[in-house]
Amino acid sequence: MIRFNSVSKKYKKSVAALEDINFSIEDGEFVFLVGPSGAGKTTLLKLIIGEIKPTHGSVHVDDYIVSKLAENKLPYLRRKVSFVFQDFKLLAERTVVENISVSLEILGKTTVEAEKRIEAVLSMIKLSDKGNYFPRQLSYGEQQRVAIGRAIAGEAKILLADEPTGNLDPKTSWEILKIISAINKDGKTVIMATHNVDIVNSLKKRVIVIKDGKIIKDEKKGSYS
Amino acid sequence: MSTTVSFWQRMRRTPYQAIGAIFMIVITLFVTSIFLLMVGGSSALLTYLESKPQLTIFFKEEKDKTDIDNLVNKLNATQKVANAIYISKDQALEIYRAQNQNDPLLLEMVTADILPSSLEISAISPKYLAELADIVKDEPGIDEVVYQKDIVDTLISWTTTMRRVGFVFIVFLVSSSFFILLTSIGMKIALKKEEIEILKLVGATNWQIKKPFIQEGVSYGFLGAIVAWMIISLILLYLRPFISSFLKGIDSLSLWQITGFTLYIWPPNLYLFGLLWLILIVFGVMIGLVGSLFAVSRYIRSTN
Repeated sequence: MIRFNSVSKKYKKSVAALEDINFSIEDGEFVFLVGPSGAGKTTLLKLIIGEIKPTHGSVHVDDYIVSKLAENKLPYLRRKVSFVFQDFKLLAERTVVENISVSLEILGKTTVEAEKRIEAVLSMIKLSDKGNYFPRQLSYGEQQRVAIGRAIAGEAKILLADEPTGNLDPKTSWEILKIISAINKDGKTVIMATHNVDIVNSLKKRVIVIKDGKIIKDEKKGSYS
Repeated sequence: MSTTVSFWQRMRRTPYQAIGAIFMIVITLFVTSIFLLMVGGSSALLTYLESKPQLTIFFKEEKDKTDIDNLVNKLNATQKVANAIYISKDQALEIYRAQNQNDPLLLEMVTADILPSSLEISAISPKYLAELADIVKDEPGIDEVVYQKDIVDTLISWTTTMRRVGFVFIVFLVSSSFFILLTSIGMKIALKKEEIEILKLVGATNWQIKKPFIQEGVSYGFLGAIVAWMIISLILLYLRPFISSFLKGIDSLSLWQITGFTLYIWPPNLYLFGLLWLILIVFGVMIGLVGSLFAVSRYIRSTN
């Protein structure tokens, strides 16, 4: 479960990026985070993985109080909460298999365990035939699938996706969304920040709308409006 | 299916960076070992020369044992004599023959009669040479008293300077190489700044991030040490005849003596090469370890 209690975030010498944010997300939920650029969506996601600390309030992820978490405990939180970025953030000098196996290496999995898991992940992201490719040899859509593969290969229960379809054409965006939906059906919590109106409207999932750092709407089976 | 990236794969994928880093280590270790050998060699040479007769008393005629004993006792009474050896005319001829065994012409021309008998005296320190020479020069039957004070003094000052300059030079060289290495590993890691960020985001601990970089640094150090050792060993073997003619008359130079074992710096031997290998490996691995640890820690902090 993710819980925000009166969370505010102010960057130095600037206006508040987030102001008095309160919400909670249950295990297994699928939540769209929508709002204009600069509304505070990425700040909110960064607070969940502890990349930044709130100025006021507290952020909870399961038993972790992220807002108070010590630096050396962050890696363990991030094994529970994985992140998919708009710009993929793949390791350019590693193959698809090696990129995915990063999450498993960190968990100390043996080669046999890792191989088994990677095969399953490759099949899920439909890249079984491109395991030895380097990211530069793949299309954007395929690169994003590798990033998703890396995010789900480990033991993460929560998937945060920050505009994962932002760089992709509509057809590829839908392919990515299908994979993310499948991950959610598998029981993982998904929070996806997006500008894609069609995707939000067609999926009829919970929608949290942020504007100027404040939540202006939080609807179950909501839409982009 | 290869799920992890080995050191060799990392090296193959960024070969120029790897070769650059290894090359830096090779240069550092190569120059360091040359200085170590020069300082060690000159020090061993000085010790050797100091232990050799420094004061030679040539007699006009062959002396009988009583005269020699009296003279030796007189010198020993000063408590400044380390050793005194009487060399008869026949023994002098033997030494002469041994030194010139490759030159039959010189051997033919010389007989025992031509060579004087002598007393070779080692002082406990070269500074007593003049005093000992004064004591014996007025003794009867002495043809000449020769001592190589000037040579020894020059050698002492030369070796002392060499030790100091060599030490300063090694410190300077090692520290400058270390910083260059740090910069080159740092640059390599700077290129991987994004990789460090990504690894942090997927939940890698600081140690998990540092480990491959440290493994890489240590491997560069190890490889660099082996290459430097091979180069220095080949050079030593190549220069052996030249050094041998330079050190004519000196069969061996010892560097250390530890309970029954003597490590010789000359002639080149397996123990010397082994010690050099050990020093270079330890030193190379240390440079790689400290350099990479220092650089990666700095970048981990900067990505926080």
